[in-house]
Amino acid sequence: MSYDIAVLGGGPAGMAAATEAAQRGARVVLLEESAAPGGQVYRAPPSGFIGPVDADRRAGDALRAALLASGAELRTGCRVWGVGGGPLVPQREPAAPFRLDALDSDGRSFAMEARALVLCCGTHERIIAFPGWTLPGVLGLAAATILLKAHGVLPGRRVVVAGAGPLLYAVAAKLLKAGAEVAAVVDLAHRTEWLRALPRLAARPDLLAQGLAWRATLVARGVRVIAGAGVTAARGDEVLQAVQVEGAWIACDALCIGHGLVPATEATRTFRAAHRYAPAEGGWVPVLDADQRCSVPLLYTAGDGAGVRGAAAAPASGRVAALAALHDLGLLPDHAAARVAPARDLARAAKAGGAMARMMALRPALVRAIPPETIVCRCEGVTRAEIEAACADGAADMNQMKQFTRCGMGPCQGRICGETAAELVGMHCGGREKAGFATGRLPLRPVPMDALLGEFDYADIPVPKPAPI
Amino acid sequence: MFDVAVIGAGVMGCSTALFLARAGMKVVLLDRGAICREASGVNAGTLTMQMTRAALIPYALRAHEMWLRMPEWCDGGHVLATACPGLSVAFTEHEAAMLEERAHFRRQAGAPIELVTPARAREIEPGLSERVIAAGHCPIDGFTSAYLTGRAFRPALLNAGVELREDCAVQGIAPGFVLETAAGTVQAKRIVLAGGVWLQDMAAWLRVTLPIKVLINQLVVTERMAPVMRTVLGVASGLLSLKQYANGSVLIGGGWQGIGDRARGGLAVKPESFLGNVRLAAHAVPALRDARVLRAWLGLEAETADALPAIGPIPGIDDAWIIGSVHSGYTSGPYLGKLLAQAICGQAPELPLFPIDRLLAQEKAA
Repeated sequence: MSYDIAVLGGGPAGMAAATEAAQRGARVVLLEESAAPGGQVYRAPPSGFIGPVDADRRAGDALRAALLASGAELRTGCRVWGVGGGPLVPQREPAAPFRLDALDSDGRSFAMEARALVLCCGTHERIIAFPGWTLPGVLGLAAATILLKAHGVLPGRRVVVAGAGPLLYAVAAKLLKAGAEVAAVVDLAHRTEWLRALPRLAARPDLLAQGLAWRATLVARGVRVIAGAGVTAARGDEVLQAVQVEGAWIACDALCIGHGLVPATEATRTFRAAHRYAPAEGGWVPVLDADQRCSVPLLYTAGDGAGVRGAAAAPASGRVAALAALHDLGLLPDHAAARVAPARDLARAAKAGGAMARMMALRPALVRAIPPETIVCRCEGVTRAEIEAACADGAADMNQMKQFTRCGMGPCQGRICGETAAELVGMHCGGREKAGFATGRLPLRPVPMDALLGEFDYADIPVPKPAPI
Repeated sequence: MFDVAVIGAGVMGCSTALFLARAGMKVVLLDRGAICREASGVNAGTLTMQMTRAALIPYALRAHEMWLRMPEWCDGGHVLATACPGLSVAFTEHEAAMLEERAHFRRQAGAPIELVTPARAREIEPGLSERVIAAGHCPIDGFTSAYLTGRAFRPALLNAGVELREDCAVQGIAPGFVLETAAGTVQAKRIVLAGGVWLQDMAAWLRVTLPIKVLINQLVVTERMAPVMRTVLGVASGLLSLKQYANGSVLIGGGWQGIGDRARGGLAVKPESFLGNVRLAAHAVPALRDARVLRAWLGLEAETADALPAIGPIPGIDDAWIIGSVHSGYTSGPYLGKLLAQAICGQAPELPLFPIDRLLAQEKAA
């Protein structure tokens, strides 16, 4: 299977990128891990679920409809675990087509090639460790929205929602609507932070109205909003029973918590693309030109994976990336004219999104407050004290810290612990730039051996020539 | 002025520097990156006789002992070295013949390898596939967690008074052993080149032409899983190394080749090498089918023209030494560094070195 353009990730950026490229005649494939395109904000409900249609649903449906009509090939339920080709070729060989290795919705392996690759891989949630954060009942804000949107399941009956950013109020409002009791909303941002963001939000009155509606729902239902505070501990026998805020314990059976969003750079790191540390955009992001081009030829990133700008900005960045890819492949005669509208939309939406992203940036005080014995890497059971001991033993970047402690070597592949660990290393070695990031490694997701292996004969294994005796 | 500058802080450089410092020399150990972050920190950690070249068996046996007793000679530093039996297996008649021949040569060199029946092999390793038709068994085998190597050596080096300079790339060597670095010059009475695959570039600083081939070895690790094996397992050809760590993860290696080079390091796995390697692993230990693959990476291994080590004085340049290009070099590393330190201190090493005159003569003739 060979394409002009492969788009990885079917959120708003990916849907728009694939649509734009296919509409203009390119042979396009969109690969998406979920059962339907939509992404995190515009996640489609499973078939058979009947619920009220809200603004997110309408925006998502419009993008989905355009995608289906565009002629782009859509492969959902497919887990891409391998990326290769492009610059990853032996010395002195020309760049190769990109190659993607994936498991399809039945768990079978397949591979495909594309001349250009647009990465729209979104973000993962940042959760800074605190005592008790590994208790069952503590989950991310994003995880809570998946439970609500994709499964119609409440994370708990009495829920505390905590962290930073607009997602707090979105989740709290959706929880109330779905029938949960919201014991409190605990917002790290002071009211002044929100007020400072207002002028930039005015560029997107629709988003501002949505945010105000969420707040109004909470006020009407008498939900306690604690501003300028965070959850300092969680406790419970076996499962979560209470969280501590400003020294007092609030009883709850679920805590939905998120400290912002981190761009998913697994693929760009694997391609050894240039990155820069941009805390206001979520952390390490690929270095891009004005048309979403990475430092690697024919590689593009769009949406929040390129730097957090929010779902409203994502489709425009996807279109900008697609147009650049078409142009670079010689498939678009008048690139300059075509990019005007999406580039303008992107600039406008990014302004409001940027204000939100800044509010979701990592707050170093949270990391400084982590007690030494608190686990940071839950997969490998590595505490803050162990990470700092490794730093004291000379680990001065993320790769060496990983080697010295196993932090980040477990099934989450560093997605959950990475931000906390990097901040700790940075505190010892002179900042996040110096701490760097773990080198990109395949597979992009843990991949079942059985699916990889398939059926084979021993004689077919291309065993290389043995070493000399 | 240092007595010795060791360039390259891998296992060879660390060991050489440590034993030189303990012998009373003032040592500086420089690396362009972090300690043991290249091959020494990312290899499979296999301590096996059945993949060691016959000529190196006497060295590997002594090094095996050193790894297991590392805390005793390395100020408590360790790499979680574990002793266990090793098996090398054959699935075909051709491989069985290869196994027999290889076991013979290695036995002659001192490795206690015996050929066993498939039934006996499965007693030793219950996880083994029923497709095995013959096996070589070596009771002296084992493995380490190679990623701990830098952390294991570092405190001992500092305690011994070694001046460790990480992130300090040497850019060239001026006459009188003046090492040029971005942070200024460093002068030493003697130098030791210990740069793994970069030895070729380092030798060129001294106008010595020493071709070093670069192998881009691939490794794959699974998630933690219930115990599925308890030996270090290989195949007759040497192209598989398989072990399960105490934490449950299974490490799959064997020297399958990925994409990369000296300049760019290990860049990418080759899909066909990745698939071939994991298929071979699952063919040997069928329970691996239930695993999930977590991570694959690459490490660079150096090889000379005759695939034997480069350890000894650099001909024509007084007080310049070289160490590296040891096949399965991690296994033998700490012992070889100790031997070179003995030679540099003017003692007769316990076992002979591998001087590079042969390689230079060959290069001249070519």
